[in-house]
Amino acid sequence: MNGGVDAAYLVLGAVLFAIGAAGLLVRRNLLVMFMCVELMLNAVNVTFVAFASALGDIGGQVAVFFVLVVAASEVVVGLALIVAIMRRKPGATADDISLMKG
Amino acid sequence: MIGVLARLAQDTGDGILVPAEPIQAGVTQIATPEIQWVALLPHLILVVGGILLLTIASLFRHRVPRWAYTIYTVAVAAGAIIAALPLWVRVQDAERGPFSAIAGALGVDGFSIFITVIICAGVILTALLADGYLKREGIDGPELFVLLLLAASGGTIMASANDLIVLFLGLEILSISVYVMAAMHARRFTSLEAGMKYFILGAFSSAFFLYGIALVYGASGSTNMIRINQYLASPTGVVLSENGLLLGGFALLLVGFGFKVAAVPFHAWAPDVYQGAPTPVTAFMASAVKAGGFAAMLRVFVLTFGTFSGDWQPVVFALAVLSLLVGSVLAIVQTNVKRMLAYSSIAHAGFILVGVEVATEQGTAAALFYLAAYTFMVVGSFAVITVVGRKGDGHHELSDYRGLARRQPVLAFVFTILLLAQAGVPFTAGFFAKFYVISAAVDAENYSLAIIAMVSAVIAAFLYLRIMISMYMSTDSEAVTGEPDRVPVPLAAGIALFVACVVTVVIGFVPGPITDLANDAVPFLVQVG
Repeated sequence: MNGGVDAAYLVLGAVLFAIGAAGLLVRRNLLVMFMCVELMLNAVNVTFVAFASALGDIGGQVAVFFVLVVAASEVVVGLALIVAIMRRKPGATADDISLMKG
Repeated sequence: MIGVLARLAQDTGDGILVPAEPIQAGVTQIATPEIQWVALLPHLILVVGGILLLTIASLFRHRVPRWAYTIYTVAVAAGAIIAALPLWVRVQDAERGPFSAIAGALGVDGFSIFITVIICAGVILTALLADGYLKREGIDGPELFVLLLLAASGGTIMASANDLIVLFLGLEILSISVYVMAAMHARRFTSLEAGMKYFILGAFSSAFFLYGIALVYGASGSTNMIRINQYLASPTGVVLSENGLLLGGFALLLVGFGFKVAAVPFHAWAPDVYQGAPTPVTAFMASAVKAGGFAAMLRVFVLTFGTFSGDWQPVVFALAVLSLLVGSVLAIVQTNVKRMLAYSSIAHAGFILVGVEVATEQGTAAALFYLAAYTFMVVGSFAVITVVGRKGDGHHELSDYRGLARRQPVLAFVFTILLLAQAGVPFTAGFFAKFYVISAAVDAENYSLAIIAMVSAVIAAFLYLRIMISMYMSTDSEAVTGEPDRVPVPLAAGIALFVACVVTVVIGFVPGPITDLANDAVPFLVQVG
């Protein structure tokens, strides 16, 4: 079944996903963390397209467009939140938004 | 993006996208699936209702009184429930039964309708609660109600999705709305912080969830749950149990669901977000968002991957045990009541996970009953926290509850009933919720899980007692230092509290009707005929 998958694409997707996940956990800049999430989503897109191509099924390619739309709407909300936070605390990093603990 | 397009073009070159029959120039035909509007009606009412409210409010911003938004929201949610009732009758009809709509993308069965009604009930109670809250905090605007309706539509879509991509879209509609709702009280930095934390971790978990979908798609060749289920049940599917791709997909999907329902060890965001978000939004997150998440989890794992239950059950077992124990133990050491209930909701998630883990029809029915009962208990509890929080939404320490029983005996009594229900005391809805989940585990011969659940219930009972004690006992020194004034209970919040309390007690005495409904609410994957 998966004989047709070019493993290189899957590895590329996995590596991109890992870079995104690691970046989100390591970086403190809100914008960079946000970009890492986008990287993770696009890594999944690569995986989807690789599988769609191997399976000869258009479903995976269509899924990519849905993911792009979702990513775009996440950008809208995410940037609005970052702007709202930056107005209150200019130059805030992830360490600055930790009033609540426990 | 360019890469995707290039890939598309290449596939066309390979002949994959070219239809088998040559198409005459200019008469390209795309086969569109038949759309069963009746099946879509509950979702449509919520979506259109939300968008309509946004339009009306933008056009007549200062001419519409705030209470009109509340009544409108309640009416739309009630309309969605009413639209779901004929579907329920149709689904329970022996001759017609459940069906799949829109080329198998959406499943209409008792399960999805049951969850739709739970979510709409959560919306109604939250809207009533938000009315007085917005007035007190001086937040004007209908955005919260718009987002509430849109989030609810996301939840109902999750509950009825028969396709993993549709499920993902529902999840994102729900999540993105709730990110904004959590950050709604923008003057309080804690609210913004809650929104941001929820957003980053929510988007993080969505990416894992999506990667899980991609791997399952790669392993089974479809994102449609009906076809995945058939494929896994076929002889080729059995061979797949050795397939790392499929198991990796299961694991990533579980991570995504774990985040959404706040199961340990993916719970780290929950206490902060529950504490920082406006209290009515917290109520919504604990009730409707959780219901949507668990509905999707039951649909994907118990229903679609049911044949592979041996592979995912150990992981869900671990999630359930950790949530039960960590949730109830960490709840005790908190001093902030909102945080306490956040941890207690993690423990409740553990109980519902017990119902998921057993992977039987009985377990599903028990989880549904739990979700129904918990929705009323938790919204009621957060309703009390909303009014006790006072202006600024900041009085949530245990000390703020001291002497509440003397100042406002009725409010304290109602809170006591709701807390007892959460603890699972007999003659409340919480008792039967826990009882059914544990008996489902016992019937599945999963004794260790049943025992851990009971131990966790005992530990958690201490937490609820702690809140009750501070309400009913007050030291003399408190009286000397002067005590705070009575907190006003707005009419709408009072109605929400009354409804939540009455439902909790009535289910506690007469659980039969809800039990029957939960037993009839069986999920199905119906082949598109």
